[in-house]
Amino acid sequence: MRLLSRKATCNTHGQDSSYFLGWQEYEKNPYDEIQNPTGIIQMGLAENQLSFDLLESWLADNPDAAGFKKDGQSIFRELALFQDYHGLAAFKKALVEFMAEIRGNKVTFDQNKIVLTAGATSANETLMFCLAEPGEAFLLPTPYYPGFDRDLKWRTGVEIVPIQCTSSNGFQITAPALEEAFQEAQKRNLRVKGVLVTNPSNPLGTTMTRNELNLLLSFITEKGIHLISDEIYSGTVFSSPGFVSIMEALKDRKCENSQVWNRVHIVYSLSKDLGLPGFRVGAIYSNDDMVVSAATKMSSFGLVSSQTQYLLSALLSDKKFTRNYISENQKRLKQRKKLLVKGLEKAGISCLKSNAGLFCWVNMKLLLSSNTFEAEMELWKKIVHEVKLNISPGSSCHCTEPGWFRVCFANMSEETLSLAIQRLNSFVKSMNNQSHHQIKKSSRRKSLTKWVFRLSFDHDHREPEER
Amino acid sequence: MLSRKSSCDSHGQDSFYFLGLQEYEKNPYHNVHNPMGIIQMGLAENQLSFDLLESWLARNPDAVCLKRNGASIFKELALFQDYHGLPAFKNALVKFMAEIRGNKVKFDPNKLVLTAGSTSANETLMFCLAERGDAFLLPTPYYPGFDRDLKWRTEVEIVPIHCSSSNGFQITEPSLEKAYQQAQKLDLKVKGVLITNPSNPLGTTMTRDELNLLISFAMAKKIHIVSDEIYSGTAFDCPDYISITEALLDRHLENTDMWSRIHIVYSLSKDLSLPGFRVGMIYSNNGTVVSAATKMSSFGLISSQTQHLLSNMLSDTKFTSNYTKKNQKRLRKRKEMLVSGLQSAGIKCLESNAGLFCWVDMRHLLSSQTFEAEKELWKKILFEVGLNISPGSSCHCLEPGWFRICFANISEEALHVAMKRIKKFVDKSYQQMVCDQRSVIHNWQSRILSYNHEADRY
Repeated sequence: MRLLSRKATCNTHGQDSSYFLGWQEYEKNPYDEIQNPTGIIQMGLAENQLSFDLLESWLADNPDAAGFKKDGQSIFRELALFQDYHGLAAFKKALVEFMAEIRGNKVTFDQNKIVLTAGATSANETLMFCLAEPGEAFLLPTPYYPGFDRDLKWRTGVEIVPIQCTSSNGFQITAPALEEAFQEAQKRNLRVKGVLVTNPSNPLGTTMTRNELNLLLSFITEKGIHLISDEIYSGTVFSSPGFVSIMEALKDRKCENSQVWNRVHIVYSLSKDLGLPGFRVGAIYSNDDMVVSAATKMSSFGLVSSQTQYLLSALLSDKKFTRNYISENQKRLKQRKKLLVKGLEKAGISCLKSNAGLFCWVNMKLLLSSNTFEAEMELWKKIVHEVKLNISPGSSCHCTEPGWFRVCFANMSEETLSLAIQRLNSFVKSMNNQSHHQIKKSSRRKSLTKWVFRLSFDHDHREPEER
Repeated sequence: MLSRKSSCDSHGQDSFYFLGLQEYEKNPYHNVHNPMGIIQMGLAENQLSFDLLESWLARNPDAVCLKRNGASIFKELALFQDYHGLPAFKNALVKFMAEIRGNKVKFDPNKLVLTAGSTSANETLMFCLAERGDAFLLPTPYYPGFDRDLKWRTEVEIVPIHCSSSNGFQITEPSLEKAYQQAQKLDLKVKGVLITNPSNPLGTTMTRDELNLLISFAMAKKIHIVSDEIYSGTAFDCPDYISITEALLDRHLENTDMWSRIHIVYSLSKDLSLPGFRVGMIYSNNGTVVSAATKMSSFGLISSQTQHLLSNMLSDTKFTSNYTKKNQKRLRKRKEMLVSGLQSAGIKCLESNAGLFCWVDMRHLLSSQTFEAEKELWKKILFEVGLNISPGSSCHCLEPGWFRICFANISEEALHVAMKRIKKFVDKSYQQMVCDQRSVIHNWQSRILSYNHEADRY
């Protein structure tokens, strides 16, 4: 008899992918400005480290929030005992107002429809448990966050079928791609329960166009399926076009009282927008009462610490702070992204035009020895081991075209970013020299062959040797 | 449109356990604002030792303000999402767990997996040890929440090991074997036994005999033992607490494969009274389980803010040993108060030495030895007496008439009020019974008299 479950012994947790392997390499030899200046620079972690000063100064001005006090009085006991899976009311209120603010207050949210979870990781898995049976499928546009292979599939038994997007149109979702994915699922005998999109996109760093959103809504209406919109990067939209959330798109189509309204669910988190992944704050928002009810009970398996709920309810209730934080944070992200893009440009590397996120989607096709994923892996290994940069290869994000890489820009200092760009620049130069050399070599070989060939047939005609 | 899981009720939330809580919320007791309200005695919380925690917090502001040696480590904590957990916290936890066991056993922090509460730990262990349709055996009565935590999303089954009052609800060899056979009959593969030690709802610690029985059984069947030890710090009286690890060591089983089939669940919700902070953990000697559970903990990690606070607190071993001692003393005193209060109402409790509750025998108050009568009595106690207590049927007890009554989540004053109310209720019921008996006798007498008169006519 099997001692452990299949889940415990298989590798559907996807943790053997290069995404995680790169992390491991970095841990063995991490860059440090002073202690280890030749170490690997971590550019594979989508963290936002640019605005901690704003948070820290708020904390210094508001000691009660972390100190378990309300109006100077201790509420430690109350918080220590608070394990209600409905969540701290004040926190949910502040959270939905924050979400609305991020969306320019073009939409509002009802705090009774939000479910708190220990991170978006927990939220996504919980939604799968609520919406699908084992063996059913969700369609996801590629490229997508490698963690989804674990979060959506592992313990739930749900399948992912990719909606293949290509660089031909900036990786946007198209109607044929949607339909093709649906057919593919049918071929594999998988019942499609919905589509899951990340908007703004990880790894692309782009916001969905209104066109794409409408396409999606029409598609799920036609097929009678769900749409999950993972909007954890919604606060990181730093330039135009602005962010159009799924709620806004639904409102614009006047879908509030339609069936599709109940089939759209949002996932949110404070890990990216507020830079607080350690605090494990995620949320599911749904207009479907049954989903809210079931997800609320399921959240027992991953509640947010009441200590943390209290701290963040105070932070997010400070509207002056949140307004300033959102705009200042976006400004800094925009500037950092520019730095990376310009730096890569100088090295002759282009990025997908982006307006959000903590990373760029970088085109390194020119550096591939061949247009294959083997070559992409080769290049990735070189970049990790020789250039000492941990970046994420497109294949780990299920991209259909080799040569694309996700490069993060917000999880290190400006100096480190500049150093990383320098290293990449030198690497590209050396690659160019090498390939120039190889071109010379190969054409020399070619003419030598020609000469030998000719010599064998024409004694009187000699080609001059190339130098 | 939705999954079966979201629309069915195997989340078990419609049982009395949760219904009682709901009634309480509508009409909660308050000694000033609502003295006639319902007193909550259905919540296994420990509210007796917050003063000790609060005074520690006042003396250690760094732990609360996200600082280390006066310098802010906010950024470091905000970014810390490593599912291996804060090393300082795990080191402090394993020492605390050993201390609770009188340092008779030691734990390795590398075998510890942190989870958002023991609710998460128990579910995760099911995902690691069993497939859909496999089963775990659980001694009854057991914590009602297990029906959700172990079964709902995992689709693992629970088969009860029926225990009875004839021997203080202890596990016996025949009951273990019977449960195993029952599982086979139901075509379920038994993957292990899950015990709660100290027991919820019994409030007792397992005897050495029981532990040995269990270990022998698990060895013979080659199955797992999950020992939920979340109440281990609340063992306030003799006999001394014996953990599963100690029992195995005493049998010199460290180098057998049984060793890697033992998994412990722990939490700070009961021993440290911090259910809101969501601190649970799995401890296992099985490397594969530790590895898989660690990755699964991604779905329920502990807030780094909380890990930092508690790693500081638990590293203060002077505090922890003082806390554990004082807390146990206070629990013991409270339990004695409840037991003697019930005694004066003619109600007995199962003799207990741990936990935050007593297992109370109200069989003699039932109108009949049935679960319908138990439900009737539960409703009377909830609505007429104004006490929310947990009926044994919600804990899958085989015998009607047993109730779990919590004593550590209310003030001493509220406990006295509760005892008065119960005494009044029992006295009234007794008087009513006497009255009923008298009226039965009176009716009988009238019948006889009228019969005699009739007889006289003819």
